[in-house]
Amino acid sequence: MCRPFPPKSPDLMGDSTGLRDVAIVGVGATPYYKRGESIPRTITELAGEAILAACADAGLSVREIDGFAYYSGATAGYTDKMDTADFMETLGIPEVTFTAALTSGGGGSAGAIGLARAAIVAGDATVVVTVMALQQSKQLLGTVFSAVAPNPINSFIQPSGLAGPGHLMSVLARRHMHLYGTRREAFAEIALSTRANAANRPKAMHRTPLTLQDYFNARMIAEPLCLYDFCQETDGAVAVITTSIERARDLRQPAVPVVAAAHGGVREWGRAFAWMGMPDEYFASSGNKPIAERLYRQAGIDAADIDVALLYDHFTPMVLMQLEDYGFCGKGEGGPFVESGAIRYGTGTIPVNTHGGQLSEAYIIGMTHIVEGVEQMRGTAINQVADAELALVTGGPASLPVSGLILGKAA
Amino acid sequence: MNAPTTTLATTIPGEHIRITMDEHTKPFWEAAKERRLVAPCCGQCRTFRLPPTPFCPNCQSTQVNWIELSGGATVYSFAVVHGFPGLPDLILVPVVVDLPDAPGARLISNVVDVAPSDVVIGMNLRVDFAPIADGWLLPVFRPAQTTHGKE
Repeated sequence: MCRPFPPKSPDLMGDSTGLRDVAIVGVGATPYYKRGESIPRTITELAGEAILAACADAGLSVREIDGFAYYSGATAGYTDKMDTADFMETLGIPEVTFTAALTSGGGGSAGAIGLARAAIVAGDATVVVTVMALQQSKQLLGTVFSAVAPNPINSFIQPSGLAGPGHLMSVLARRHMHLYGTRREAFAEIALSTRANAANRPKAMHRTPLTLQDYFNARMIAEPLCLYDFCQETDGAVAVITTSIERARDLRQPAVPVVAAAHGGVREWGRAFAWMGMPDEYFASSGNKPIAERLYRQAGIDAADIDVALLYDHFTPMVLMQLEDYGFCGKGEGGPFVESGAIRYGTGTIPVNTHGGQLSEAYIIGMTHIVEGVEQMRGTAINQVADAELALVTGGPASLPVSGLILGKAA
Repeated sequence: MNAPTTTLATTIPGEHIRITMDEHTKPFWEAAKERRLVAPCCGQCRTFRLPPTPFCPNCQSTQVNWIELSGGATVYSFAVVHGFPGLPDLILVPVVVDLPDAPGARLISNVVDVAPSDVVIGMNLRVDFAPIADGWLLPVFRPAQTTHGKE
């Protein structure tokens, strides 16, 4: 069964551990729209609004931004893109000294803050924005792989009818159920607990309580996954501003220090569910274990020290597998761990996705998890975890890189 | 919960399936067109890989031997997909198979002509070939026992 957490070691309390050389100082977002409903607004407009909101939150002029640290190759979903020059021209940013993106897709969301840190620590930029904007009027991401043009590599997967990311991950979920006896009840508990966290959030797309009966009556999309195992399809944008810890101290908000940040992964995970060749010990996983190990090493902590876990929840089984990879429970124990109520806000041992996640609040490819991490560390979250000092934020699971971030209590 | 169903799994209608290929993947599809299942095996270290790629990930060699496989496979994992864009009533069983005679390589395909509720991990399958666009054939799989003696 699940490993009980030892009490926090006293020497790990406070602000003594980890990197803490940069901090998140501003977060901003547009309203969240059901897919397609942000039309006729444009990607540049949505992203620009989020950037300006993040600047206002930080007490910075947008003219002070000199760096852009994207992920997902600076794409905006699979079908659109963002461009630094567009933002400079439309927002009036005089000069950038760093503009770069992590490769691949949503796996890099949390890791983009590490990219911002790299620019700042290297002295290449001082005020770095990470932004994601998403608009799904042209193509729903839920079945995006059915719509992309065939190429020599996807010709080995596209014909099977695995039409979107959730379809692919259903195959991993099935393997996890086979290996470890994981039940659909565990996936349901992730959907239900996340929905419960969204109930009091004004911006959440879905706030109506979800019951076990609702879950088991829902339409099956790709068995073993049903409608409620899939995240929202949202339009909107979120931006996050990172700067040096010294600069952060002079700004409007208490600085939220970056305690650890990592992206990457191992070849055995690789292209993951776009490949399906992972050795058995990696197949039914989230690919995040190497990230967890690096984060905890950087921070000088372990899973027991994390107070709130904001886990990338595009699909419920991937939350379960991240709980394992990040060491909140043993490998294969995610099902019983979740079903025990361990991830519930208020009563569980590790509250997960207190903002309602991508399953219930909004899906902006991982950015809402960073925002919630910042709010938890500022002590201003709607579902505030009492006395929270360390927040884990993750990206992915998807083709590498996957990524993670540990934020510390604002000071 | 798996609703009881007697609808047999199929593939996406063949005329909707288009593939492309490059010099590394073309031998796979040319063999399939002759109803042969093949996999690339490193000419140096004998490591199998799928999909076919320019280098052996084990030893970086570019030498490839295309090995004709028996056509037997086992279900490693699978999904039961309800509907496809534009084809809401379709029932598909996309499957990831282990290939016993190409250890380490897996193929993503479909199990066809089977009740989805009858598919289980570990089940033995046998390859068949289904027509798709432009005259190509797609390797698909059937439960081993149902095709016994049919070849």
